[in-house]
Amino acid sequence: MKLIIKYSLTFLAILMTPYVLAEGSSSEEIAKYRELLADGNPAELWEMRGQELWKKKVSPNNVSLEQCDFGKGPGVLKGAYVELPRYFKDVNKVMDLEQRLIFCRTSIQGLSYEQAVSSAFGSVGNPSDIEALVAYITAESKGMKMAVSIKHPKEREAYEIGKNFFYYRAGTHDFSCATCHSSDKKRIRLQDLSNLLNIKDAQKTYTTWPAYRVSQGEVRTMQHRLSDCLRQQRFPEPRYASTTITALIMFMAKNAEGGVYDAPALKR
Amino acid sequence: MTPQHSSVKGVFMKKIIITLFISLIVTGCVTASMKPDYANAMLELLKTDFVSKGPATVERIVNQDNVQNLCSVYNKSRSEEVSERIKASQLKTVKFPIDENYIGNWEEGEKIAQNGRGFQSSDPLGGVNGGNCYACHRITKNEISYGDIGPSLYNYGKKYGNNEKVYKYTWAKIYNSQAFTACSDMPRFGHAGILNEKQIKDVMALLLDPKSPTNQ
Repeated sequence: MKLIIKYSLTFLAILMTPYVLAEGSSSEEIAKYRELLADGNPAELWEMRGQELWKKKVSPNNVSLEQCDFGKGPGVLKGAYVELPRYFKDVNKVMDLEQRLIFCRTSIQGLSYEQAVSSAFGSVGNPSDIEALVAYITAESKGMKMAVSIKHPKEREAYEIGKNFFYYRAGTHDFSCATCHSSDKKRIRLQDLSNLLNIKDAQKTYTTWPAYRVSQGEVRTMQHRLSDCLRQQRFPEPRYASTTITALIMFMAKNAEGGVYDAPALKR
Repeated sequence: MTPQHSSVKGVFMKKIIITLFISLIVTGCVTASMKPDYANAMLELLKTDFVSKGPATVERIVNQDNVQNLCSVYNKSRSEEVSERIKASQLKTVKFPIDENYIGNWEEGEKIAQNGRGFQSSDPLGGVNGGNCYACHRITKNEISYGDIGPSLYNYGKKYGNNEKVYKYTWAKIYNSQAFTACSDMPRFGHAGILNEKQIKDVMALLLDPKSPTNQ
């Protein structure tokens, strides 16, 4: 309840944000905004809801997700996210967090695929169970170091496909991920860009997703972030939780190796 | 050791060397054919993992043109020969205005430079495209929200002058940036059909018209 009161105050701050962001660099302004919240983060509300959803029995099988195995054993969440994506023997493929979550919702809880992925990206009045669950699960890895493996041939394959995709220039504008994310200290308008080939930048970026996005009033997952990047890259729409996106996440996660995980974070 | 001995030994050695050589080639071939083709695996995935939406189509990303392909494969560095080949092929694509009038309206050019829409999956089909120049370039003094992936263009006309040579270079650079810089980050605005001839004239005016805020 205390949290809810605290975050109703943030609503006012959010309303002010476009005005605040109009001046100075956006990273400076977001720092001020963080101070305003006194180290709090509305993402905590998503984490709380995610924890409830994690334990909630869901029809048709009337079971919770508590037996879901993210690679460290059924129900083990601590440190699971910093080792994802990873190879899963039971499906013989590499999965990221969101793919694995869908797998558990279908295989354990008995949901159809369509039900399991419905409202993956939430909006006002239509909150996403996935965003809440992802916030809860990722928070369980806070303070741990990124340690993704590319030892298994399928993990290696995912990494290499992701790397190829990172450099793949296409579409009307000839953009690739590398166009904006392979040089240090560049900006689009006032927005700082991270160099995802530079370990410091890659760590800082990767370890701060998912994030509560002030401009959207939602916690957004890595799948959402990449989807929005690709929209601006003038690429068509990636299918939610597709193999290509997992491969790209694998490439980014490996580049961020050793970075201390610190999300759900707070972003513009 | 008799000469006969040494010649027998020589034949024997030759045989060993040839056998070794052949086995090396065979091993090499097998290794090469077994090395996974990740680029092709990725391309196959793109066909099923993406959905066309609005003006952003799957066809457009799956079918790279030659330059996109070369710039993806040689993403960081490429030989002088490849760069020259790219530049020469791209210079040929440039279409100059038929009426030889290069300069439009800078106020319209400013709107184009500010507009970041066009060809995104979220944009309408057949909408008006922007150039989004400010995303990467400083252009005028008043617009402080500019990016720095490209060089500053502030005072561009003042610096380079108003003459036919500058007009032609600038036109060609906007039309197809890779005519001068192989694998440039800048979109090929004319060649890719992002901006039309009139819009390029307006952007030209923003850069070159002495009255434009770019040159104030």
